[in-house]
Amino acid sequence: MGYGIKLHVWGDRACFTRPEMKAERVSYDVMTPSAARGILEAIHWKPAIRWVVDRIHVLNEISFDSVRRNEVESKVSAAQIKSAMNGRDAILNQIAPAERQQRMTVMLRDVAYVIEAHFEMTSSAGESDNPEKHYSIFSRRARGGQSYHQPYFGCREFPVNFSLLEDGDEIPLSYYRGNVGLDLQWMLWDLEYGEEISPKFFRATMRQGIIDVPDLYKREARL
Amino acid sequence: MTDMEVRDNVMEQEEGSTVIPTINRHEFTIFFDVTNGNPNGDPDMGNMPRIDPETGHGIVTDVCLKRKVRNYVEITREQGEGHRIYVTEGAVLNEQHRKAYRSLREEDVDKFKELKPKDRAEASLLTHWMCDNFYDVRTFGAVMTTKVNCGQVRGPVQFTFARSIDPIFSQETTITRQAVTQEGADKDREMGRKHIVPYGLYRMDGYVSGHLAEKTHFGPEDLELLWESLENMFEHDRSASRGQMALRKLIVFQHETKLGNAPAHKLFERISARKITDAPSRSYADYEISVNSEDLPNGVTVIER
Repeated sequence: MGYGIKLHVWGDRACFTRPEMKAERVSYDVMTPSAARGILEAIHWKPAIRWVVDRIHVLNEISFDSVRRNEVESKVSAAQIKSAMNGRDAILNQIAPAERQQRMTVMLRDVAYVIEAHFEMTSSAGESDNPEKHYSIFSRRARGGQSYHQPYFGCREFPVNFSLLEDGDEIPLSYYRGNVGLDLQWMLWDLEYGEEISPKFFRATMRQGIIDVPDLYKREARL
Repeated sequence: MTDMEVRDNVMEQEEGSTVIPTINRHEFTIFFDVTNGNPNGDPDMGNMPRIDPETGHGIVTDVCLKRKVRNYVEITREQGEGHRIYVTEGAVLNEQHRKAYRSLREEDVDKFKELKPKDRAEASLLTHWMCDNFYDVRTFGAVMTTKVNCGQVRGPVQFTFARSIDPIFSQETTITRQAVTQEGADKDREMGRKHIVPYGLYRMDGYVSGHLAEKTHFGPEDLELLWESLENMFEHDRSASRGQMALRKLIVFQHETKLGNAPAHKLFERISARKITDAPSRSYADYEISVNSEDLPNGVTVIER
């Protein structure tokens, strides 16, 4: 380790969709490690590194809000695009009123977290890659508000504001600081991208507003 | 190889020496207002204007505004080359559209075959083709069905929920119609309801990523069209329910680099809007919008349009 970072992130809304409630999206109570990784990767990532989320601090009270929106049902198929590309007849448009679905999103409001994370070098690391370099790039970007793309809380309509907590900076006080323990049940840890994409879960417990995240890449979670 | 490397390789093969102009990072804020209309109905509340139940502020969803941008491009560019709209509102009336897609030239078709449908490379080719033909795919992204993960396009332009500056007041007006829908009904008129907001000024913040723009081939002209659509989207969206809606201000923060030169939230904090009268607001004149452009971070330019 040694190259740990702390990133303070906040925003008006968030939706960390539970995989079992995706048609009508319902958010987890807190940010998933997978979403936290997505935020870090939006700021800096290269195939040479792998972000590992160690701890998530929940700063604000957990509260929900809901919105129902008109959405569409289907996606265009690859075969259709291919035949259109080759000049054959194909309709690629989605006609919104014909496939309208009204779907609910139960989202979090007014969220703020501190992500504690570090990265590890992967087998794709080349000769010019070393931890120092990637740590510097990340810190510089996070400090200057730079990002590859604007990070978001689960869905792109919920942007993330971020600032780097430097060594010696205090972690903002959590609403749950006096809380001895809150069982958040099984939560998505991350997706494993192998031949098939498979989800991995962990048992999340929040103590004093802090969720310790295991590195399931290294260790399969057992009860 | 990772997805990204595959994608980059394919782009090189595909484009050869052509250089596609790129754009830097941008943030933007729009202010729009509604007078005696319903900017965005809530399907859960019988089509009342969307309201944040805790604060009373009005909400207009991201997708509502994206719809208007798509409609504007559809109307003004008439589904022309490179400006087709993937998620359309009306049925595709003209069957000719099908044949109008810019099909690949002969040599490209050969190259396409040479690529040996290694699934990822092929998916990436399909994705790029969609980006080049459809303005909304290039701008907002889209999810397309392919076996592999590359069927998903993340567009450079990110919209958020718009929110009113002050709590809004939603008023229900009852209307009558001097005709009845069903035959044989023992009445000679029907009553209906309309929800209106007497006045509301809304703000939406948005983001444009230079890096994602490069990936979807979203160039300077596309960006200009985005500003044009934002400025004019309400002009082509008149209806009985909308009342009078207008874009009041578009403020753009332009960065000098792709990565950006300052945190987005600090730029957005430079913009403030406040009511300058005591009475309930009924017009844009009741508000004052100010942009603090003093001591801007290096490499950031503010453009007010």
